Amino acid sequence: MRSRGAAVALTAAVTAFVWGLLRAESQSAIAALLALAVAAGFVLLKTRWLDPLAGAALANERFAQGLAVASVAALALVLRDDDFALLLVTRVLIVIVACLGLNVQFGYAGVVNFAGASFFGVGGYTAAVLARATGLPHVLILLAGGVTAALTGTVLLLPILRTRGHYAALITIAFALLFRTFLEVNDALGGPQGLKLGEMRIGPIRFNDPVGIGPFEGSFYLKYVAVALILLALAFALVLRLERSWIGLALDAVRIDEIAAASFGLDVARWKIAAFTIGNFVIGVAGALSAFMIGFIAPNNYTFAESLIFVSVLLLGGIGNPWGLSLAAAIVILVPEKLQVIQEYRFLMFATLVVLVLLFRPVGLLPRPLRRLVERSP
Amino acid sequence: MTAPLLSCRGLTRRFGGVLALDGLDLDVEPGSVLGLIGPNGSGKTTFFNVLTGLFPANAGESRFAGQPITSWRPQAVYRIGIARTFQRSRMCLPLSIFDNLMVGNHLHLDHGLWFNLVRRRALRRQVEECYQAARDLLRIFDPPLADRMMEPASRIPMIDRRRVEVCRALISRPKLLLLDEPSAGMTHEETLRLMDDILQVQQQLGGLTIILIEHEMSVIERVTRRCVVLNYGRKIAEGTYSEVSGDPQVRQAYLGLE
Repeated sequence: MRSRGAAVALTAAVTAFVWGLLRAESQSAIAALLALAVAAGFVLLKTRWLDPLAGAALANERFAQGLAVASVAALALVLRDDDFALLLVTRVLIVIVACLGLNVQFGYAGVVNFAGASFFGVGGYTAAVLARATGLPHVLILLAGGVTAALTGTVLLLPILRTRGHYAALITIAFALLFRTFLEVNDALGGPQGLKLGEMRIGPIRFNDPVGIGPFEGSFYLKYVAVALILLALAFALVLRLERSWIGLALDAVRIDEIAAASFGLDVARWKIAAFTIGNFVIGVAGALSAFMIGFIAPNNYTFAESLIFVSVLLLGGIGNPWGLSLAAAIVILVPEKLQVIQEYRFLMFATLVVLVLLFRPVGLLPRPLRRLVERSP
Repeated sequence: MTAPLLSCRGLTRRFGGVLALDGLDLDVEPGSVLGLIGPNGSGKTTFFNVLTGLFPANAGESRFAGQPITSWRPQAVYRIGIARTFQRSRMCLPLSIFDNLMVGNHLHLDHGLWFNLVRRRALRRQVEECYQAARDLLRIFDPPLADRMMEPASRIPMIDRRRVEVCRALISRPKLLLLDEPSAGMTHEETLRLMDDILQVQQQLGGLTIILIEHEMSVIERVTRRCVVLNYGRKIAEGTYSEVSGDPQVRQAYLGLE
């Protein structure tokens, strides 16, 4: 009980910190807050408190998940009329969802994908085209974004199955570059100018109207926060259950040693295809929601550089750990947005950060724990 | 004479200009332990790799329980009941010991998406059954190890890794077990203990057939009734250990010209 109280206090402190960071206007205040966070992180690492902390969270996982959701909800309510801050929160949530998809591919099955942003874009463009041309319910359009991304991924299956390591990476890089060029020259998809999306609607809810329930009023972005949070909860449950199942074990075996896996009857190609497709589906759904939220998409949103950001989130957070990549996504999205000095140099910052992590904590901020196939180990 | 469980005729594998396996004829009786010996590079491991489908054969055929299995895919060879260990340990070190054992149990696990994602209660029951089975098997080899199944495989010493690897091959109840130099990286005493355990399991399972590649001649002498000696991919002698060890061709292959 006492540890739960401590966990609540810790979460409240972190939430308050993020709130402060999002609300801070002056660059010096932001820099001070970030310095504080770096110092706190350094202390956690040096005192070796981070790993037992993560272990305790894992042992009470349901509770930790509940706390995380409550923390985001509280943050959104406190920020209720700050459009830009809410936009950032939603963007973090959506990037986490996309990185969860990438995590299934890269973290579990070992299928490298440097075209994450392209599949994100496939989802976005699918949403734009379907929302403009058809009257499909928008929930279905979100799903369609995932399905189209998964189907587009099949184009890459053959070359990915025939190559390994760097070569497989090159193929996905080539795809990322081709995809952007394809968008730019394709007039039906708006060319370099891109496409505008209409208002998102789910049932009676119109997403571009401000929220007003009785005396409570807030930005229309609150609705996007809610939808992104639901999507994130679903994706998180999917990925956790996938990892803690025979499927997760098969994916790990394929990643670690293909030859041994094949010798024990595992169909290597089948598992790689499964992971790549599931991952692209998740990335595509995230891309579709992102497109609705921004309301306007263009080839520039889906560059190779964006794909690198997704990959660096995985490396930074700890490959294969959904909690770790959530933390990393928050850092990678929020810091450059708030600290405008580094806005132009953000890729330099990511590169430095990734190199530092690989040097000093190669497992990432929160390394992946051993699999527990059932909720309690027997 | 009973029909052989495994029967190879003229099995050949080329790597460029090198004949790694040159028309090998080999029969293994069910329930027996066959020793496969020969100098380094004589084609022993290549034989395992061709038999299990990692490399296709260039010529010849192999039959398992009367069924032709030449150049089947590794997955199919495993499914029909041939399991192996590797000369260089091929454990999944980041995973737990239990996970490693379950990789070997792959064929008996339910991999349906619906089963794994939604029917978590049924999955849990299957996990618990598997946990018990893995524990029982590991106990034969080393009771303390059976209590450490949830630890990472990277944390256990070499002899335990070998034990886990053998168990990983045994857990699917194969009919033929291929052991590729289980003594590599272990002391003499450890090797003998491991072999004793394997023979004990063989008796318990009843009817398990084993082909053993080994450089430790005392191990071969103790556990095999029949040996096949390879040199440059060819069979140069066959018989009991004392027969082949007296064979002049074998002495020449191992020691050079006298």
